[in-house]
Amino acid sequence: MNKLIVQASPHIRGPKSTSSVMRDVIIALVPAIIASSIIFGLQALLLICVCIISSVLFEFLYRKITKQDNTIGDLSAVVTGILLAFNLPVTLPIWMAVIGCFVAIVIVKQLFGGIGQNFANPAIMGRIVLLASFATPMTSWVLPSVEGGKISLVAGATPLADGAQIPSYLDMFLGLRGGCLGETCVLALLIGGIYLVARKIITPTAPLAFFATVVVFSLFTNQDPIMQLMSGGVMLGAIFMATDYTTTPTTELGKLIFGIGCGFITMMIRGYGAYPEGVSFAILLMNILTPHIDNLTRTVPFGAKKGGKK
Amino acid sequence: MEKKSNLQVLLNGIIKENPTLVLILGTCPTLAVTTSAQNGIGMGIATLFVLTCSNFVISLLKRVISDKIRIPAYIVIIAGFVTVVQLLIQAFAPEIDKSLGVFLPLITVNCIVLGRAEMFASKNKISASVMDGIGMGIGFTLALFCMGTIREILGTGAYFGIQLIPQAIEPMAIFKLAPGGFFVFGILIACVNKFSKNKPAKKRNGCAGCPSAAACAKASEGGC
Repeated sequence: MNKLIVQASPHIRGPKSTSSVMRDVIIALVPAIIASSIIFGLQALLLICVCIISSVLFEFLYRKITKQDNTIGDLSAVVTGILLAFNLPVTLPIWMAVIGCFVAIVIVKQLFGGIGQNFANPAIMGRIVLLASFATPMTSWVLPSVEGGKISLVAGATPLADGAQIPSYLDMFLGLRGGCLGETCVLALLIGGIYLVARKIITPTAPLAFFATVVVFSLFTNQDPIMQLMSGGVMLGAIFMATDYTTTPTTELGKLIFGIGCGFITMMIRGYGAYPEGVSFAILLMNILTPHIDNLTRTVPFGAKKGGKK
Repeated sequence: MEKKSNLQVLLNGIIKENPTLVLILGTCPTLAVTTSAQNGIGMGIATLFVLTCSNFVISLLKRVISDKIRIPAYIVIIAGFVTVVQLLIQAFAPEIDKSLGVFLPLITVNCIVLGRAEMFASKNKISASVMDGIGMGIGFTLALFCMGTIREILGTGAYFGIQLIPQAIEPMAIFKLAPGGFFVFGILIACVNKFSKNKPAKKRNGCAGCPSAAACAKASEGGC
């Protein structure tokens, strides 16, 4: 094993491996998968399956063609596929989702050297490329609404769009609002997040800093903090993307800075930018800053002087 | 610098030291005008003309131009030829003039033209300088043509006005935008590095590993 250890010693060897971590992340994503299939119907499940299969297939083919050892066993491509699908509207044509997977796996992840080498979150990049390429299909939402015990879908805007009707807090908490298929159900995402924290896969620093910044910013600018927190991709982004191992800082202080930065940029884009939602751009920008945050917050070995010899 | 035959100088600019994809010069016009193959070729040929003429004149005058004011002198010569090209294009191909816009006069400050004047024409014979100008110009044109082709087909679904991808399939608009240009540019450079025999030496850090070291003023000062 050739691992780069960035924390100061002492180091403890644990039983966790990449595939066991990724398996836990997939388990944490299951509630949201179920929720999106209930809210948006079978089309959502189909989109998720297509994204998983094409992500794994692209990873397999790229490693095969470039004659490198196969890495699909670490399950990271499965996680990328699910997360990318969560970032797409349910009405998106299937072939566009496949292009998104190609961008995420081949261009963002494999061209930079595969797992652990990518500078940006592949799923986020896949979403942003699709958003810049297919603006209309990527922002056509359907609005789920409950009528006589059944959920029906009508075209509508996300709560973040100007002049859109804002659903009740309970509807937003359960995910009955327009949006990407995995980001709407706050309840399911929170269950997944708590599972990850309980299993010690992630530390809650970055998500909590993200949430806190969004709340503080909305209080200062006279917006409804609960609505800002539960709409758009804040929950999905904070819990599953601002905690990615490769593209976020390694130290707790670094994670704090990362979370605050994400929250701040998100709110700036929502409030003053051209796009109604900015979570993906915020996370991408903070991904790019991650090496610098890591440099600034590097831990000092026990007994060494701070700011001493380099 | 080792002596090279004129043919070698010509081929050098096209492949081994391709100005865009190996020397990474002229990035600004490369990213800006390659939204279509036609624009790419137009820009490439305009630069080819300016580069060849300015290399010729600068090589001719290399003993006359004082070292202290060489950059302003080069710029004046280059600007003269750019004016000629611009007037010609306005007269005979007004559509290309319209789509290239400000990037046509900006050839004056294109790093490739100034870079080759500084790196090559001011140190070499007239015939070699002309061949260098032609080679670099063709290399630049080919690179722009490749990028323009990829971006036009993927970004609009059409190629030279012919619809290649059925209109029912929405083209990827990102290829017409700046980020798409960067994507294509980066991937082309990666491909050239992968398939060229002289791979970039990873160990050579600093200015020794930089292909523009010869033209960079900071190289003698010990780095950027």
